[in-house]
Amino acid sequence: MSTVTAAQPGCEALFRYVLRLGDTSLVLGQRLAEWVGHSPALEEDLGLANLSLDLVGQARLLLTYAGEIEGQGRDEDALAFLRDAPAFVNLTLAEQPNGDFGRSVVRQFLLDAWQLEVYEGLLKSNDTRLAGIAAKAIKETRYHFRFSSGWLVRLGDGTEESHRRVQDALHDLWRFTTEMFVADEVDDALTAAGVAPDLAVLQPRWSARVDEVLKQATLVRPAPVAYQWHGKHGVHTEHLGHMLAEMQHLQRTYPGAQW
Amino acid sequence: MSNDWPLYEVFIRSRSGLEHKHVGSLHAADTAMALEHARDVYTRRQEGVSIWVVRSTDIVASDPAEADALFEPARDKVYRHPTFYAIPEEVKNL
Repeated sequence: MSTVTAAQPGCEALFRYVLRLGDTSLVLGQRLAEWVGHSPALEEDLGLANLSLDLVGQARLLLTYAGEIEGQGRDEDALAFLRDAPAFVNLTLAEQPNGDFGRSVVRQFLLDAWQLEVYEGLLKSNDTRLAGIAAKAIKETRYHFRFSSGWLVRLGDGTEESHRRVQDALHDLWRFTTEMFVADEVDDALTAAGVAPDLAVLQPRWSARVDEVLKQATLVRPAPVAYQWHGKHGVHTEHLGHMLAEMQHLQRTYPGAQW
Repeated sequence: MSNDWPLYEVFIRSRSGLEHKHVGSLHAADTAMALEHARDVYTRRQEGVSIWVVRSTDIVASDPAEADALFEPARDKVYRHPTFYAIPEEVKNL
């Protein structure tokens, strides 16, 4: 696998890896877009939309690259709008419904912390295309983390009700974090080739980053949960299909429609 | 909810500008949040390289009712404008 560093058409492991990153950004970006017009304040509405657009921008770069690696002529739009749920390989956490604002903040926080580690690791990737995408994305992600951790502290260390809501959300969503760091043959191959950071190295860093904020937010870290969610292998919770139905409706109904 | 948050005035310094200019206002729970909101609301199109925020209630404003007393006296003192000097040919870009 030492020659995996250049985008060779048909390189299955690299395709899967880039697709997972792209899908996680896309699905999370779409979830955030659902907040537009519904946020607790105008300022947060714009803030969440900014996060969403950053993530969709990352997804475009990643899915375009994935399509090139695959070499089947699929571009970013074909990958985003013309695949069904089982073909999506995002982290399961990203597709979880928004719930209340606190729940969305918890989901965002856990994924921001994960993306920070992944992108930081990818800065040193042998794959210069991925390193370039990471260099752009990490600036955005640093702001995302600042946004979500700031809100987590406000809500966690806020009123009795806000504390209860984010603590409940944390307990509920924590089970999906195990998946972030369980390496499979795709991760192993790309780590060995110097393309992807080693998840075993990222895990304790992510954990420390999360703990630091949870402490400030006076939140209790939930107990570890066994690995049982497999979004990155295409096995999803029931929520993704509904989300995609809305996201893909236009392209499915009017194929090739542009504006 | 936003009604519970105090109002902040936002000043942005643009890439080419030397001074911060008032661009608008927003609601936020505290100064840190006000800065983030200002970034999200007022710098989406690369408008700025620096942000100031200040609580609206901390701004002391002149009374519009006193405008005549404050500003009228300057109206007939055109000699305060530096328009009566002959500018030498050699001086450019003045």
